Amino acid sequence: MTLIALQGAVEQGFIYALMALGLFVSYRILNIADLTVDSSFTLGAAVSAVFASIGHPYFGLLLAICAGWVAGMCTAFLQTKLQIQPILAGILSMTALYSINLLIMGGKSTISLLKTETLFTLFSGDYAKLPGAIAFALLAGVFLVVFFRTQLGLCIRATGDNEDMVRSSSINTDLVKFIGLGLANALVALSGSLLAQYQSFADLSMGIGTVVIGLASLIIGEVIFGRPNIPRNVLSVILGSILYRVIISFVMARGLSPNYLKLLSALIVIIAISYPVVIQRYRFYQLKKEAARNA
Amino acid sequence: MLELKKVCKTFFPNTPNERKALIDIDLKLEKGDFVTIIGGNGAGKSTLFNSIAGSFLIDSGNIILDGQNITFLKDYQRARSIGRLHQDPLKGTAPNMTIEENLAMAYLRGVKKGFSFGIGQKDRDYFRDRLAALGLGLEDRLKTKMGLLSGGQRQAVTLMMATIATPKLLLLDEHTAALDPATAEKVAELTQEIVAKDHITTMMITHNMQQSLTCGNRTIMMDEGRIILDIRGDERKKLTVPDLLKMFREHSQKEFDNDRMMLS
Repeated sequence: MTLIALQGAVEQGFIYALMALGLFVSYRILNIADLTVDSSFTLGAAVSAVFASIGHPYFGLLLAICAGWVAGMCTAFLQTKLQIQPILAGILSMTALYSINLLIMGGKSTISLLKTETLFTLFSGDYAKLPGAIAFALLAGVFLVVFFRTQLGLCIRATGDNEDMVRSSSINTDLVKFIGLGLANALVALSGSLLAQYQSFADLSMGIGTVVIGLASLIIGEVIFGRPNIPRNVLSVILGSILYRVIISFVMARGLSPNYLKLLSALIVIIAISYPVVIQRYRFYQLKKEAARNA
Repeated sequence: MLELKKVCKTFFPNTPNERKALIDIDLKLEKGDFVTIIGGNGAGKSTLFNSIAGSFLIDSGNIILDGQNITFLKDYQRARSIGRLHQDPLKGTAPNMTIEENLAMAYLRGVKKGFSFGIGQKDRDYFRDRLAALGLGLEDRLKTKMGLLSGGQRQAVTLMMATIATPKLLLLDEHTAALDPATAEKVAELTQEIVAKDHITTMMITHNMQQSLTCGNRTIMMDEGRIILDIRGDERKKLTVPDLLKMFREHSQKEFDNDRMMLS
């Protein structure tokens, strides 16, 4: 793997870290597997690309955050007020957003930003893209660490842990889910909007499989760097995202076709989530064998 | 303080499984009353609590707490003035959060939630004092995850959480039933202490007949969705457990059928 490829992987890792942090909020903190992410990622990219192409890249980022937030709140609305199962609510939002994304992109499936000014054309030079990517990931990380220590942050964490207890503390858990899922998808959309400006194009299908990529990053980070408390966990997620990108670009440099990337991501998630069960089963058979021998 | 007027609740109405859980319940509690509630299996004790706490909407009637009609308030809105403990000691606390974070959540009850920091040094000192009063040595373990505590410790902390912002009404649903005898006694003692100190109006479901007479100042017996006995004052002071069982037989024309009560 060349140094340039490594640098690219790290840059992308920081950008995707925002998306992984969004999943951290919904999947880890709120304990909801939110599939809206696949489309809210593209939503962010679409909004930011459209505004960058008419000369407002920064305004585009801001609007992408808002759009993601609204998307998350729609999912929360389906889950809480209409009582649709969390997974299905996410799938419905994801599907509906596909059309909305197409609408935002003016009916085209790609938008090119090759000749337009973006956040990443601000500096020139070999490392021009790195500061922007790092800054956003770190800002989001610090924001989350501080946010989860506020009263509102405590409420969100407790809702994912024991909803009954939160309701009996006189807190409206529906409202908490609106805020939590909104925040999660705002982070995801910001990640998508940064990626669009980073790679100078937005593509209608760029969000497919985002949930799995995010989960893979999240789990890689947690397995390697641990999650004893929120600050460490946030750091783990960011590092996990970078590591995931490095692994992917390493595998690709060894000649794996990009066609297999999604399969690889899914396998990583399956192994990471299931290995405790597999080990447990292995131990069970070991014990059984030993007991049979001693009998 | 609390007034129930003609409260009715039927589960699965108009089906073969229809069950009238509460039938025209009229009940009035004065401020500072401590009412113990006993009754057989399926008598409607827990349904009564669920109605008061707002776990579901009642079919008809009105519930008034401290002059406010709370019949149509959501459960979390009522939680501002009603504290509740369940039989399951795991239900009242968040296992993956620390003791102080759990307490902070309960402490926020009724306060507007915002972006200020959840736990300040002042809160921490206050939590430590309150925990020390429990006498379980938890005051030095503020940063311990709740899930690492025993059931009894968790129930004691839940009790503290339910009363840390003094509620107008405290509902105790066999809150010591799942604990070992020594811990159960400790938690029961703590309950009496806290309730007496803050003069909290309290309702306690219990399966311990003796406890139903020694705790509090009033005893209610329920059967098939109705209140069949309401004993207080001098009459209650003279009462023994065999008297209570006899009264039950006379009023309901059947034997007492709460298996756990028979054993205790």
